[in-house]
Amino acid sequence: MSTSETAGSHDLALRHQFVDSEQQRDASSMGMWLFLVTEVMFFGGMFTAYLIYRHANPAAFMAGSLALSVQYGAFNTVVLIGSSLTMALGVRCAQLGQRKALVGWLIATILLGATFLGVKAVEYTEKWENHHVPGPTFNFDTTKEPSTKDHPEAQAPSKSVEMYFSLYFAMTGMHALHMIIGIGLMSVLAWLSWKGMFGRDYYAPIEYAGLYWHFVDLVWIYLFPLLYLIGRRHNF
Amino acid sequence: MSSGHIGHVSPIRTYILIWAALMVGTILTVAASMVDFPGPMNAVVALAIATVKATLVVLFFMHVKYISYKVNIIVIVSAIFWLLLLLGMVSIDYVGRAFS
Repeated sequence: MSTSETAGSHDLALRHQFVDSEQQRDASSMGMWLFLVTEVMFFGGMFTAYLIYRHANPAAFMAGSLALSVQYGAFNTVVLIGSSLTMALGVRCAQLGQRKALVGWLIATILLGATFLGVKAVEYTEKWENHHVPGPTFNFDTTKEPSTKDHPEAQAPSKSVEMYFSLYFAMTGMHALHMIIGIGLMSVLAWLSWKGMFGRDYYAPIEYAGLYWHFVDLVWIYLFPLLYLIGRRHNF
Repeated sequence: MSSGHIGHVSPIRTYILIWAALMVGTILTVAASMVDFPGPMNAVVALAIATVKATLVVLFFMHVKYISYKVNIIVIVSAIFWLLLLLGMVSIDYVGRAFS
């Protein structure tokens, strides 16, 4: 029989509609993966828009890329990969029933996620001050911008560069929203973990929150080169 | 039945190694962006590195390498399939006509 740490976790580990806890795990993990498929398609739509407009306006996308800070982008990539490591170690502690270490890793993940969002806020502020946010105040003259004026390959109409920045804010904005949701999720799970809801028999919520967090990391792994890097040299 | 239902527990060393590989990938992708490759190769190199990194995340951090419920592999492959279908079909349409 189950050796759950609390009576409550035994009930959660096998709800009455399932034959056994293995069936419950299989069903819930498939549900999580199906959700991630919808997330892939959600971001996939924006990646497709990026592909089309990049193909149509390579010079404008080069100009937009040159106006971004690779330092911020690379720093955030390192922070996010670090948060995936802390999350993976947290799931491992959940599997082994190490309650305090689990809470510690979840808090580390929250802090790294918040660091990412902090850097993103600084980037957005700079974009706002430079009038690089699409809308009535948008102003990007490729012949005058310090980042693009010496690049003959990156000369494009302001409207085309605005399209780049629309995609930049749509993609990084939706990514940041996922981070905010993730941090909320981790905060609740850290609290529930502290209270001892999860143990060796039942840690599915930690595992699936981990899958979500790694997925968000995965989106950034593509966003970083596509938005910050590949426009800086040859275009296709 | 308690210990029987714990999923695969990877050693800490595995996670540190994957993290290190992802860091190397990040350095490589930044370095590659400073090099002028011919034609579209900058994009190809960047996306190839990103795909290697993504594969490591999926296999090891997301435990797909040790997945216990094999039907989930169909679900995961379907995500890649539908995404490639979306990107591929739209690309064929736009590349195949005089756009802009």
